Amino acid sequence: MLVYGFINSVILMMIALGFSITFGISRVANFSHGGFYILGGILTWYGLIKLGLPYFLSAGLSIIIVGIIGAVMYRVVLVRLRGLELSEVIATFSLGIVILELLRGLGVFGYEFRNPVFIDGSVEIFGVGVGIQRIIIVCAGAVLLLILHVFVHHTKMGLAFRGVAQQEHTALSVGINPDQVSMLSLAMGSIMCALAAVLILPLGVISVDEGYDILIKALAVCIIGGLESTLGVLVAAFIIGYIEVLTSMYISSSLTSVIPLACMLVILLIRPSGIFGKSKEIEERV
Amino acid sequence: MSTERRRERIDRPIKAVTDDIFCLSSMREIAYLVIPRILPIVGLLLLGFLVPTYWRKVIVITFIMGMMALSWDFMASCGLTSLGQALFFAIGAYSSAAVNHYLGLPIYLSIPLGTLIGAIISTACIYPALGLRGIYFSMVTLIIPLMLMRVVETTGILGGTEGITGLTHFPGMFITTTISMAALWATFFGLRRLIDSDYGHIFVALKDNDRAVEASGLSIRWFKVQAIFIGSAICCFCGAFMTHYYMSVGMSAFAVDLSIFPIAASVVGGMGTLAGPLLGAIILGPLSEALRTFGSFRVVIYAALLGTFIVTLPEGLFPYLARKYQQIERWVEAPGGISED
Repeated sequence: MLVYGFINSVILMMIALGFSITFGISRVANFSHGGFYILGGILTWYGLIKLGLPYFLSAGLSIIIVGIIGAVMYRVVLVRLRGLELSEVIATFSLGIVILELLRGLGVFGYEFRNPVFIDGSVEIFGVGVGIQRIIIVCAGAVLLLILHVFVHHTKMGLAFRGVAQQEHTALSVGINPDQVSMLSLAMGSIMCALAAVLILPLGVISVDEGYDILIKALAVCIIGGLESTLGVLVAAFIIGYIEVLTSMYISSSLTSVIPLACMLVILLIRPSGIFGKSKEIEERV
Repeated sequence: MSTERRRERIDRPIKAVTDDIFCLSSMREIAYLVIPRILPIVGLLLLGFLVPTYWRKVIVITFIMGMMALSWDFMASCGLTSLGQALFFAIGAYSSAAVNHYLGLPIYLSIPLGTLIGAIISTACIYPALGLRGIYFSMVTLIIPLMLMRVVETTGILGGTEGITGLTHFPGMFITTTISMAALWATFFGLRRLIDSDYGHIFVALKDNDRAVEASGLSIRWFKVQAIFIGSAICCFCGAFMTHYYMSVGMSAFAVDLSIFPIAASVVGGMGTLAGPLLGAIILGPLSEALRTFGSFRVVIYAALLGTFIVTLPEGLFPYLARKYQQIERWVEAPGGISED
């Protein structure tokens, strides 16, 4: 249980990280997250099965394509709507629905749509059999978090990112182009989203409804953790991850997706800004 | 100096000083004011009662969707932008169905009761999220309907995945059309009057500057609760009405297209105008019926339309048309190039 809760938590973290990064830097809530996730998975599937590309090439390509789509979405659509939060939400939400429902219309449904695992087999940790794919996910999650930390805190571009996140006007006055940074942040969020898709989707079947689930999970984790904090995402992912596993073990496996959301509502009642989101408490919430 | 041209807009001379005082000097000018107000009412009356039966069904659905759009627009004008309007619809639908099915109450009791109970439950569901503002609120409203859907699905209460069937039907098509049309106009004029009243100004202030509301000694949360109650009551009525119209209720009451339609109608028609969403619904309702053969591509077309409109015509169709109707536009020389005013 401990092991599965841990793995579950890392999966949740990877799903939520892309959303949180984009929001933290550019203040764009990317509601097409679920769409990008499924798109990443299905592109990999297409490259692998239909075009016969090698696995890693196809996965890499699909990650890059999704990243480019994210950047293009910013350049074409969002740049005209900057500052109009409501319009941003509606635009990204509608784009996400376009992607998901288009895929549904094109017949993405059923067991044929699944990516193979990277390496078959399982190992035993604390007496529990764990598939190698899950181990890879955990390692990748840790590496991703590390890279992200180094990137944000020890590179010039990371500094620019943080600058825009803190105060856009000041960043502009010291020569950072906020539009460019926001575009990059959207591309980065999309890339992480696709990366998560490539790593996690081999565990199950690619389905359109999964896209909505992913969006909701990402939102739940980010809201519980506080929207602009990476640490919050990490902690919230672990809270929800373990709650999910506990629910499926002791209560009912069909309620796994309900209980975390109920927890979210309770947390909202007690602490509207999430566990770690105190900086914007007055600005964003009443 | 380069001479550029700019577009000058002048109000038609009929308007005096303010927006609602007019100088009328001929029947033509009276007609100019009256026709745009009378035309939709008479037009819908004729449409509702004269078209063939199949299209009459479409029109009833359009009316109901128009009410959903009005309710969305009202809530959005209060700063409560919901991405899950289907939640209220579903709660209204289920409560009315439950009252009708389990308690055996007749239709003229179950719809009002369903509306009332539904609005209370909806308000209770949304209550935790009322401390949030803007997109944070939107995120939570997106989550709650899907969560409730899971609850119904897994616990099997209220008929589970099959839903409740065999509900009482309306006595006839004439009554159905009449009720839906009356409800639509009542909602429209009621909300417009509400927004214009002193009480309604508080709701608008919630969106524009909620700290000013608090500074005036009014509780933000309490007024948000009232706004949600009014908005959700309208949607619950839609849900209750449609349940009896279809004689069944199921998981489809939570579907995404029910959430996306009111938003699409409001954005296409013009947010925050009340008349806009109505116009949007009247355009999109029959359109969605015509697109029914496309199956899931229908939602794609909706969403694409929504995205296109929000980027290219953010003000919406209604304010655009109103401007064209009320103002004279002409091109004038603008030395040095002045931007459009």
